[in-house]
Amino acid sequence: MSLIRKTAAELGTMVASGEVTAVEVAEAHLDRMAEVEPKVNAFLHVDRETTLEQARAVDARLRAGEKLGPLAGVPIAHKDIFTTRDMPTTAASKILKGWRPPYDATVTARLRAAGLVILGKTNLDEFAMGSSTENSAYGTTRNPWDLSRVPGGSSGGSSAAVAAYEAPLSTGTDTGGSIRQPASVTGIVGMKPTYGGSSRYGLIAFASSLDTPGPFARNVLDAALLHEAFSGHDPMDSTSIDAPVPSVVEAARTPDVAGMRIGVVKEFSGEGYQPGVLARYHEAVQLLESLGAKVVEVSCPSFLTALPAYYLIAPSECSSNLARFDAMRYGLRVGDDGTRSAEEVMALTRAAGFGPEVKRRIMLGTYALSSGYYDAYYGQAQKVRTVISREFEAAFHQVDVLVSPTTPTTAFPIGERADDPMAMYLADLCTIPSNLAGNAAMSVPVGLADEDGLPVGLQIMAPVLADDRCYRVGAAVEQALESRWGGPLLKEAPSL
Amino acid sequence: MSAITRDEVAHLARLSRLALTDDELDHYATQLDAIIESVAKVAEVAAEDVPPSSHALPLTNVFRADEVQPGLAPEQALSGAPAVEDDRFRVPRILGEEA
Repeated sequence: MSLIRKTAAELGTMVASGEVTAVEVAEAHLDRMAEVEPKVNAFLHVDRETTLEQARAVDARLRAGEKLGPLAGVPIAHKDIFTTRDMPTTAASKILKGWRPPYDATVTARLRAAGLVILGKTNLDEFAMGSSTENSAYGTTRNPWDLSRVPGGSSGGSSAAVAAYEAPLSTGTDTGGSIRQPASVTGIVGMKPTYGGSSRYGLIAFASSLDTPGPFARNVLDAALLHEAFSGHDPMDSTSIDAPVPSVVEAARTPDVAGMRIGVVKEFSGEGYQPGVLARYHEAVQLLESLGAKVVEVSCPSFLTALPAYYLIAPSECSSNLARFDAMRYGLRVGDDGTRSAEEVMALTRAAGFGPEVKRRIMLGTYALSSGYYDAYYGQAQKVRTVISREFEAAFHQVDVLVSPTTPTTAFPIGERADDPMAMYLADLCTIPSNLAGNAAMSVPVGLADEDGLPVGLQIMAPVLADDRCYRVGAAVEQALESRWGGPLLKEAPSL
Repeated sequence: MSAITRDEVAHLARLSRLALTDDELDHYATQLDAIIESVAKVAEVAAEDVPPSSHALPLTNVFRADEVQPGLAPEQALSGAPAVEDDRFRVPRILGEEA
């Protein structure tokens, strides 16, 4: 089997044993990228030489006897919202075109320390605002299952790269579903760790109380290995949790749900959901029951107000965070002809540098935070956030995990929702509650919808710092389904 | 009745430091009106007695030890600047003519 079809765990073992070198593994993936990138467009920045230089350094460290982790020599696609010293970082925005950050994000630094080899920076919706990657200033990414469809978003470049076998692993960030929804619509595994479980230092901020870095992989164990490699306390992030990383790798190796209590979220089903999504979802729930889990229905009525609450809280935080793009210290500057004031240059630059969705959200957030509207909008949304957290808490007294579809539909056609923000926002209906409450949540593939043959994901939600439960349940679902399918779901994908 | 007027959107654009065209203002006024109408659903949740959460987790302020640590060198800090003069960020005039 060619190197690009191997799992990350297999590649790590092969590199460690000396069966292949990190350079050979990187080259195989760079060749695959050269072949399929014209179709998929998952990457914003690729630099073969920088990547091979990293791979050579990993080989040298291993030869010198340095003890590296299980992913040493494994290539990874890195979302272009994490700063990288040796590659441009743009957040898919024109305002940061060509920017070379003077420092590495903590996630980037930990990938390097673990010996992972960065293949390039992946495409996203500008500043991670979107659910399709269509909001990128540098063109959309295409879904490897059907090139006329979106790969989800905002981390759509990262999901597409892994689904297209350009990389065995990738990083994402999840603010309202930006890891789980793209994983779901591309048939791969995506995990949003507990908020504060992975560092935001060097992650270009969108909504600081929600932004959470997490892994993408083609299987649950690989996701766990990556999760473990970059998570854990970071003194550079004041909201980082000072607690051990949940034992996610061990959980991924324990695909056993016997006796577990699983809650089916009553509100996330029915009208508005694609029939093929519901069919696979209900089968997955039955599967868990047949594996010995105790399944009960749980009602969480406030989850239906999570979407409006999120579209007040996230834009409010974004309007504040994106004020830093002021045309003064880095990034684009437009209209500085010697006659204009700093404020005029700022307004011209931001108008030229931000795309429509970013402008919409900045203005919406500015509105929600205005005096006279604050209590009715931002203040009330914060109270709804408390209500949602309390409903999660009550639910987790009854059950060990909650499940739902990850997203109401399969991948939608490129262009279908591009000019209809409200339709686009619905893609995150089921994922947003876990961002507001900060708990762990995963998407695992559970089959293809009958009507369009596209992947469907199951969302598994676990309490704060119980990330391991997502991996345990995810691994059980994966093992049972793969034995039924005779291999991973991705073998059904077109070969590109 | 609309939730937000075009004039209000123009005011928001000014506050947001976004120099928008008339066409853009028309477009965003329609879209923001629909979005605000939709997010106003948060009012339907009975939450008078509920404290607001600004954050998912209980937070306490975190301090690091007050020790000198290496930072960026001037050339690193200035490496992405649109304009530089004498090891400093060069910016357009900040004060008005009359100031």
